[in-house]
Amino acid sequence: MKQELQNKLSRQGVLLTSVEELYNWGRKNSLWPLQFGLACCAIEMIAASMARFDMARFGAEVFRPSPRQADLLIVSGTVTKKMAPQVVRLYNQMPEPKYVIAMGACAICGGPFRDGYNVLRGIDLYLPVDIYIPGCPPRPEALLDGLIALQKKIAAQSLTGPGRPRHLRADAPGEYPVPQFGAHDLVGPRLPAAPETPDAHS
Amino acid sequence: MHTLEEIIARVAAALPGARLEIVPNNSPARQPSLLLEPGRAVEIATFLRDDPQLRFDYASNVTGVDWPEKTVREKVKVKKIVGGMEQEAEELVERKTPGFLEAVYHLYSMALGQGPLILRLRTADRSGQVALPSLTPVWRSCEFQEREIFDLFGVQFQGHPDLRRILMWDNFADHPMRKDYAPAGDQEAQP
Repeated sequence: MKQELQNKLSRQGVLLTSVEELYNWGRKNSLWPLQFGLACCAIEMIAASMARFDMARFGAEVFRPSPRQADLLIVSGTVTKKMAPQVVRLYNQMPEPKYVIAMGACAICGGPFRDGYNVLRGIDLYLPVDIYIPGCPPRPEALLDGLIALQKKIAAQSLTGPGRPRHLRADAPGEYPVPQFGAHDLVGPRLPAAPETPDAHS
Repeated sequence: MHTLEEIIARVAAALPGARLEIVPNNSPARQPSLLLEPGRAVEIATFLRDDPQLRFDYASNVTGVDWPEKTVREKVKVKKIVGGMEQEAEELVERKTPGFLEAVYHLYSMALGQGPLILRLRTADRSGQVALPSLTPVWRSCEFQEREIFDLFGVQFQGHPDLRRILMWDNFADHPMRKDYAPAGDQEAQP
């Protein structure tokens, strides 16, 4: 439907929408993040959820203490190799549809600890990341910005056709392999490097 | 506060035959330390804790150091016969010093308000003979920190009540804080 016509009708008191739009509108405005933090980025995440920055304005204030009730994993901080299997396991326990935000330099690529013996070089080696938020740590505004970017991404998802989101495709994986502790490093299959995508957000 | 020489004298008086050595420190910290022979370390440590004049009742910190094998170049004066004449010449000599692992203990006396006293224990080498006596039976606070040294440097503490890895996972094979540690492969390298 044309946006112009929709606006015209809504001024007359007629609200027209599609199932897809309504469905996505509902999903994007009730993202429930998993209540878990890994490092200093988590402090900024907490700040973003409190009254000053107030993530509730965007419908994402209901931090759930159980992965079964959450649909957004905010990887907020350094993922150590010892913690990585637990993070992947938490993600696997979340129901579809689910999204991942990599918050801060460490979650994106290991950050300043990249060359350390104990730090994973980015959670995207094991999980499909939807939004990357750079910063060390990112300000709460940056997290809100990333959340809005994720909402835009959800709103643009088409529910039918080949480009439909993962949770509507029977063949797409909902769980990812949990890395195992090896003698020298984590072992187990990794995700291929993400293809270059145009920045939808800017 | 007793000087290190006084402490050595007290230990020698109480425990005849115990060899202690002062390790000088020429860095700006100027904090010399005592090198203990591993064989009698527990005995000496117990004395340092219980002696009424010393009473080092608190081990605040235990840490490890890796000293890899290194080559020292020295100029040595040699007498040479050059053209029938005996002359003194300088010659560059390379000498290899063996590597070893070290555990460093920082002690304080809460009772007397004194400290720190720094003890060092050295292993025989870096590969095969890496055993040291554990001082956890003397100072309970050493337990986790000796476990950390075992985990990251590979020092085997004999007499430790619970010698397991503490930071890395149990089936991890390496000791990451050793100087020659190389992270596993380039498996994680990304373009």
